[in-house]
Order: sequence, then C-alpha cells, then structure tokens
Amino acid sequence: MATEHYSQDSTGKVPLWRQPTFRAIVFQVLLVLCILAFGNFLLSNTLQNMEQRGITTGFGFLDNAAGFGILQSLIPYDETYTYGRTFVVGLLNTLLVAALGIFFATFLGFFIGVARLSHNWLVARLATVYIETFRNIPLLLQIMFWYFAVLRPLPLPRQSLSIGDAVFLNNRGLFVPRPIAEDGFGLVVAALLLAIVGAVVLARWARKRQEASGQQFPTGLSAFALIVGLPLLTYWVSGSPLHWDNPVLGGFNFRGGLEVIPELAALVLALSIYTAAFIAEAVRSGIQSVSHGQTEAAYALGLRPRVTLKLVIIPQAMRVIIPQLTSQYLNLTKNSSLATAIGYPDLVNVFAGTTLNQTGQAVEVIAMTMGVYLLISLVISLFMNWYNKRNQLVER
Amino acid sequence: MTTHVPHPDLPPPSTSIGAIAWLRANLFSSWLNSLLTLGAAYLLYLTIPPLVQWALIDADWFGDSREACESGGACWVFVGVRMNQFMYGLYPETEYWRINLAAILLVLLMVPLFIKRFPWKRWLVPFVLFGYPVIAFMLFSGGVFGLEYVETSRWGGLTLTLILSSVGMAASLPLGILLALGRRSDMPIVKSVSVVIIEFWRGVPLITVLFMSSVMLPLFLPEGTHFDKLLRAMIGIALFQSAYMAEVVRSGLQAIPKGQYEAAQALGLSYWQSMGLIILPQALKLVIPGIVNTFIALFKDTTLVLIIGLFDMLAMIQAALADPNWLGYAIEGLSFAALVYWVFCFSMSRYSLSLERKLHTGHTR
Repeated sequence: MATEHYSQDSTGKVPLWRQPTFRAIVFQVLLVLCILAFGNFLLSNTLQNMEQRGITTGFGFLDNAAGFGILQSLIPYDETYTYGRTFVVGLLNTLLVAALGIFFATFLGFFIGVARLSHNWLVARLATVYIETFRNIPLLLQIMFWYFAVLRPLPLPRQSLSIGDAVFLNNRGLFVPRPIAEDGFGLVVAALLLAIVGAVVLARWARKRQEASGQQFPTGLSAFALIVGLPLLTYWVSGSPLHWDNPVLGGFNFRGGLEVIPELAALVLALSIYTAAFIAEAVRSGIQSVSHGQTEAAYALGLRPRVTLKLVIIPQAMRVIIPQLTSQYLNLTKNSSLATAIGYPDLVNVFAGTTLNQTGQAVEVIAMTMGVYLLISLVISLFMNWYNKRNQLVER
Repeated sequence: MTTHVPHPDLPPPSTSIGAIAWLRANLFSSWLNSLLTLGAAYLLYLTIPPLVQWALIDADWFGDSREACESGGACWVFVGVRMNQFMYGLYPETEYWRINLAAILLVLLMVPLFIKRFPWKRWLVPFVLFGYPVIAFMLFSGGVFGLEYVETSRWGGLTLTLILSSVGMAASLPLGILLALGRRSDMPIVKSVSVVIIEFWRGVPLITVLFMSSVMLPLFLPEGTHFDKLLRAMIGIALFQSAYMAEVVRSGLQAIPKGQYEAAQALGLSYWQSMGLIILPQALKLVIPGIVNTFIALFKDTTLVLIIGLFDMLAMIQAALADPNWLGYAIEGLSFAALVYWVFCFSMSRYSLSLERKLHTGHTR
C-alpha cells in the first residue's frame, strides 16, 4: 500500500501554505486589498471627473430653489420650493402609491388565492387563468397598457363618464367628492383611535383568557363592532361634522373634489393586479402547506369546521404566507419606481429624474434615492426576522 | 350439476357517472357553489364573446395602411406593418439576414441538446455557451469579414430583448452561485462582503440601478473611457439578478444535509471539488423552479431598458404608438407585446415544471 503524504514533509508538519486557517487569512487579506484598490480607483476617477466637469460635491444643492412644478403633491409645493422639498414630495408620492397598491393587492390576492383552491371547477380555473396571465406579462407593459390604452383614450371632461353628479371619470383623471372636516370632527378621529386601542386590549384579554381557560371569545366580531360602531356613534352624536365637496365642471376641467390623476390610477391598477397574482400564489402555497392530517386531527378532537379553520389552519398557513407577503409588499414598493415611465411624480421620477438633470449631482441624488429604498427594505427585513423568530416551529 | 350464474352487475346510477356526475361534483355541489358557477359563467359571457368579436371576427388582418381598418374590430394591420421593427428594431433592413442566421444557428445548436442520446453533447454545451456568443456578436455587430458595422444603438426590438435576457441569464447564474457560496463561507470577510453585495442589490429597484449605470458609471471610469450603453445596461441587469439568484441558490445549499458536506470532506475532496461534484449538482437540482422564476423575472425586467433609452421590443411599440399615421392603436400594439412576452414566460415556466419532473430521481426531503 502506497502511503505517500503529499501534504506533510519529512518532519510530519503540515506546510504553512496547506493549512486551511493560513490560506483563509491570505485569501481574505487579498480580497480586502482588491476591494480597497477597486474602491480607490472608482473614488479617484469620480473626484477627477467631477472636478473636470465643475460639479461640486456635497448636499448644499438641496437648499437651492427647484424651479419646476410637480404634477401631484401631498404637501404644499410650487416652483419656489427647494430641491430638498422635491425629495420629500417624491418620497410621499411613492409611499402613497405603495400604500394604495398594497391595500388593493392584498384583498385581490387573498380573494384569488382562495378562489384557486375552490372546489368549484370553474372558479378555480378562472383564478388559475388570472394568475398565469398577469404573472407572465411584464409589469411595465401592464402599466403602459392601463395608461396608454385604457385611461388616456377616455372622453374629454365635458363628456365624462359619471355616476350621479358626484363621481366623474375622464382623460384628466377620476374626480370624486372630497370630504371636508368641520369643527368636532376631531372627536370622531379620537373615537376611532380609542376604538382601535380598545380592540387591541380586548384581543389580548381574550387570548389570555383562552389560553388560561379554553373559553373562546368572538374577538373579530366585537373588534369590528367597536372600530366601526364607536366612530359612527360619535359622528351621529356630534351632529355629522363632515360635508362633501363635489367636483364641478368649470372651463375645460373639473374644480373641487378629490382628483385622482390618471397616472396614479394606472399605476395603482397595474401594481395591484400584478402583485395580486403573486400574493394569490403565496396564499395558495400557504394553505396547501398545512397537511390534511391537521384538519382531520382537529375534526377528530371535535372541533367544528369554522373553528378548525380559525384555530388550526389559518395560524399554520400564515407562517408560510406572511414572509412571502412581506417580500411581495417590498417588491411592490420597489416596482412603484416604474412610475417614471408614465410620468407619475414618484421619488425616482422627480428626484432621480428632474432634480438630477437640473443639478447634475448624480452621486448624491442616486445615493439618496437608493438609500430610501434600502432603508425601506431594511425595515421590512428586520420585521421579517422578528416575525420568523416569534413564529418559528418549536420542534423537539 | 348446476353452476351458479350471478346476475350481471347493475349499472351505476346515471347521476354518479359521466358528465352529469362531474357537473354535480365540480360545479353544483351546493347552492353556494351553484351560485358561484352561475356568477362566473355570467362573467365569462360578459367578457369572452365581445373580446372574440373584437379580436378575431371583426378584426382587420391584411393591408398596409390605416385605411384597411374600417370594420371597427382590432386593427392587426398596425402590428403587421410594424412587425419588422418590433422584431429587429432599427437594424438596417438589408442586414436582417444576419439576425435570422444567428437565430437559425442557435436553434440548430439547441435542438441536439434536447435529444436524449446525442453523442457529442459534452462538446456542444461549451460551444453554445462560449463559442456561439462570439459568432453571434460578430454577426450582429459586423465590422469583420466584410460585414457592415452596425453600432449597438441600432440593435432593437425582440432581438435586443432576447440578447439582453440571454446575456443576463448566462452571467447571473455563475455570479449568483459564487455569491451564494460566499455567503455560506466560513471566512468572515468573504461572508460579510457577499452579504453586503446581495442585500444591497436586492434592496434597490432595478430602475435606480439602470439610472446609476447610465449616469454614474461614466463618472466612475477614467476620463475618456467609452462605455457602450447596451453593455452598461447588461452589467446592471446581470449584477441585479445575480443577487436574487444567490438567494435562490443559497436556499438550495441550505437544504443539502450536513452529511453530504462531511462525506465529501471525508473522501478527501477539496472545497471546489466537493462543491462542484457533490453539493452544487444536488442543490441546483432542488432549486430549479426558483432559478427559472429568476430567469422569468429577468426576462420581464429587460423591458425597463426603455427608460434609459434602449429600444427593446416594448420601446419599439411605444415609439410606433406615437406615429401620427397610426394614432389610437395602443390596445393592439400593447396586446401584441403582452402576447409575445406571455408566450416566452409561460413556456419557460412550463419547461421548468417538466425539467423538475425529469430530474426528480430521489425522494424529496
């Protein structure tokens, strides 16, 4: 038998270059050196290029007047405000689209996901067709479809499609009555907050009681009654402190009311329909991940179907659904940056678009824009880690 | 002796076999289900007949100008007239044969790969991966063998979409595997570098990456370096998707039991040998659906290059919609694009399903 030890010399010691720890150190030192060299290369080039083009570094430009208008702003804004303000306006517009998209996509996605598992053949097939259609078409194309093919060709304001004399749809957007708060509306808001706090307290109490005694409490129903009922009651008692400002046709466009610009409508439609297809798949995989044995065991224990669903299936399915759901929310938020293709003034369009072009501060502007998205995804992944830790399966 | 002759079996009740039974079980099992079925059928009745009427029956198919579209249905003439631009972009018309030749060559090279017992597969695969791109690049770009030079800014249409996505796929898989191995490495610096790279690319939208590659790359490089716009977009897309690919591969690596790693070490295999021969083949097989999903996402994401001014298929269609001679045919143009993208993505996802079934040799964990 040949007993050659290539890795050992005559003294029986492993030579230095064959020791894993030594090799690891050498390799990592080389890696760090490479990264430093590369970083230095980029940095020196950037500084040199900026100097040659006469671009000043730093964030001083944020205080200069912007001098351009923005189609939609949630806070007061006009041309005289600063570049810093355009950042905030864009960020708020991005958050608005993301919030609306997440709201609609969640409802639609859960609905389609459950429909896909329906025992009804036709309904399940329709849900499958929905998912396979919208998942396999690029989002940008869908956004453009809603904007250029559906919303732009709508009639002019004078020939608007309307529901009653309150809601109007035309190529300038969707116009709905705007609620205007009067004195005393603060009470209603306070009542709503109070009701939410009350519902949370109630849910914790009911959970504790169930864990201690096994007695159940209709938490969902009573929380719903509390959150809807209390504000309504306050509204009625304080004498309806709210009136509606209807949009009115004046000149070539509508005045008053709440205006939803077509860009926003197209973006929200496309984002929710597209993301709903992915959420539906997450919901389906979550529900299917709960083995049938769980249902049978619950029935064997004498639980009724509704209780089984609430206490056995949904909690286990949620463990699979929630992580996928949050990553879809994150995707939706990042995808909202496609707004720039149809000119909706989101962060990328306003700040990384117009502001960048006007100031030429490419490095700062792109870094700030990326920073915002990184921050959002960091927050969401922190939440995911917390959730996963809390809901991990505790195995033997 | 009398033999006992049993009565022949009675047929099952007519309500438990055939179409009626199927209908009862799947569509009308309860009053709620019946209601759902009727509702869904009504929905179909409302949408499908007008859609078919518009898209097929009333549609105009032939002609070469706007006047051919008078029947009120879909005007596919618009798509037909523009078809060459949708496929080839702004590529010079006399040179279309080069793209066609490259496409035919690719098909001819790919067909044997799907034949199970093709003998020269081990030479063909490297050729398709490394040789073919060189040939295709020479064909597309020209400037050699007397071919006319065509700058990349004239590449476009579906051709560009396919070039972008195949380069992206070919680059993002190996990069993703490297990043995934780095993230699972024992070396703290390698691991943290990989984590930072992966999380950074996954945390930002692709569009900001493309913006960065088109605005910031020229700043990063020495003065006077010319960097092709198409190449910049390719780098952006490949880096972006490789981070997603890394996470997919990592999930596969995590699913391989520790015994496999230990067994490879016990056999005396080096790190790269054990990864290449033992771990990766198993891990990649497990995550084929994830890899294909990433490829599909990449294919869909190539549409974003229209925002930085490259003319992929969607951009060509958008440009055609703005043609004053053909205003008002957005639905036709975009539906055509949707159909093309859908066919590609859907067939990729079906292929991944069949591949998964074919490679499913052992028991799944």
